[in-house]
This record gives sequence, structure tokens and C-alpha cells, in this order.
Amino acid sequence: MTDPDKLKLARQFIEAIPHSRDLGMQLTEMNDGVAVITMPYDEKLIGDPETGVISGGAVSALMDTCCGAAVMSHPKNLAGTATLDLRIDYMRAAKPGQQITTRATCYHVTRSVAFVRATAYDEDAENPVATATGAFTVEGSA
Amino acid sequence: MKRPEPVQVVKQRRDAALRALVDGVPYIQYLGVTFDRRGDELTGVLPFDEKLIGNPLLPALHGGVTAAFMEMTAVITLSWSYLWEDIESGSLDFDPSGGTRMPRLPKTVDFSVDYLRSGLPRDAYSRARINRSGRRYASVHVEGWQDNRDRLFAQATGHFVMPQRR
Repeated sequence: MTDPDKLKLARQFIEAIPHSRDLGMQLTEMNDGVAVITMPYDEKLIGDPETGVISGGAVSALMDTCCGAAVMSHPKNLAGTATLDLRIDYMRAAKPGQQITTRATCYHVTRSVAFVRATAYDEDAENPVATATGAFTVEGSA
Repeated sequence: MKRPEPVQVVKQRRDAALRALVDGVPYIQYLGVTFDRRGDELTGVLPFDEKLIGNPLLPALHGGVTAAFMEMTAVITLSWSYLWEDIESGSLDFDPSGGTRMPRLPKTVDFSVDYLRSGLPRDAYSRARINRSGRRYASVHVEGWQDNRDRLFAQATGHFVMPQRR
């Protein structure tokens, strides 16, 4: 189990990130290496002006935040984290007007590296919009 | 022999095309990204802003902002190279009042970012190199740096599906 005080701090940290706040991200779940974050549709995030589809870059920002939150909530990681690498595969365009939800799982942690997988959906939860795999730093261990 | 076009005419045409391409994307405007042009070479510029911070303790740029900046550089550079001949020949004429229908942008298939050092709270720059661009697919590499061109803070590689000519 993750220490509740540590989790509370990690949650406050994620919720205080200026860029994530600016994009309206909401942390809905964060525990034991799993995090769920939502991001509302906003016209400023449009990457394709003709269709109104949000930019892959905005999805990247959501994926990165959610993966970081998953790492911070893992019991073996004692402090913050930083992205070492993040790869995103874009399966389809997100439906304009719909909120994006990302679920990230930190599935393995060594003394120095945390490995994370994430999936992003719009309101059609059966059909992912994008998936991500990443490696993050582990801090605070001996 | 045909006389070369006056330099102002050439510059004006290229800059109008670049502006139309970049200004059409709301997310590029939101991030505050601009592109410097030297001939056909583009350099992305991301001016620092508080809203781009991902770690308030350090402080450092948000990893997602870095990824987005690099991806936008790849997309714009790819479109720019794809449209270059039409811009030069004048067959793609950009109306400065914004009435021109913009060509479709390439679609990202995958994008992989390598974070080499944390992004400092100051301006960042990026340049993309198109390693392969065919009729349907393209592979692009992007370098990002801040104070020193030789000390990259991130690099990325991505694959794109090219728009079909209409």
C-alpha cells in the first residue's frame, strides 16, 4: 500500500502543475501506481482547424502528466519523477467536443527507472485514441 | 534570360505562406510557438511562459509542452517542405486576408521523445530534419535546445501520414 500522507502530497503536487491546470486537467484516481486524469475539450487545443480535432501535442501533455502521476503514486518511488522518454501512438482522431480520459499504470519499478503504460480515450471507451509507453526517473531511493 | 524576382516579392510570398500555415493552428497559438525562417530552413521558437511549467519546484518546462513543441515543429516543417515547390511557383497563393483554404496537415502516427535534460524556465528552440518523405509516409527527427545549440534538452523522432493532394 502507498502511504496516505505521501499520496496526498503527490496529489497536491500534480494538481498544482501550472500547465496541467491551464489545460483543465482533473485527477480522478491516483493510487498504487495507477492514475486517471481527464482533460476537457477546448478550442485552444485544436491541431486541425478544418475538423476541430485536438492536437496530438495536447494529448502528449495529458499522457505525460498522467504517467508522472502513476509513478509518483507507486509505493517504491519516494519523491518526484522526471520523464526519461515517452512514446505515443496515435490510433485515431479524438472526437471534437469530447473530454479525453487517460489511465496510466506504472507496471515496473527498479532502483532508478519506472516503466509506465498509458491509454487515452474520448467518450468511446472501447476505442483508444492513443497509447503511450514511457520510462521515468525514480527518486529518493538508496 | 528571365530576370530574377525582386527579393522583397520572394520574401513576402514565403512569409505569407508560413504565417498562413502556423496561424491556422489554434494549439500553436496557445503554446505561443513561432517559426523563424532563413530561406527554406525553419527554427521553432517557444518563448517561456509560466503556464508552460510542469514542475514548479525546479522550475522546469512540462514534458508534455516539450513533446508538443517538438511535434508541432515536425508537422510544420513537413508541411513546409511538402508545399515549398507550390509556394515558390506561386501556384499556392496565400491571401494575406486569410481567405485561402489551407492544405491539410500531415497526421502523426507515432512520436517518441527523448528527454535529455530538464527544460529550463527560458525560451526553447527546435529544428526538424526530414529523414524520409514518400508519397504516403514520412519519418522526421527533431532536436530541441535552449541556451546552447550543442546541448540538446530533448530530441524526438516520429512517423507521419502525408495528406493526399486535392
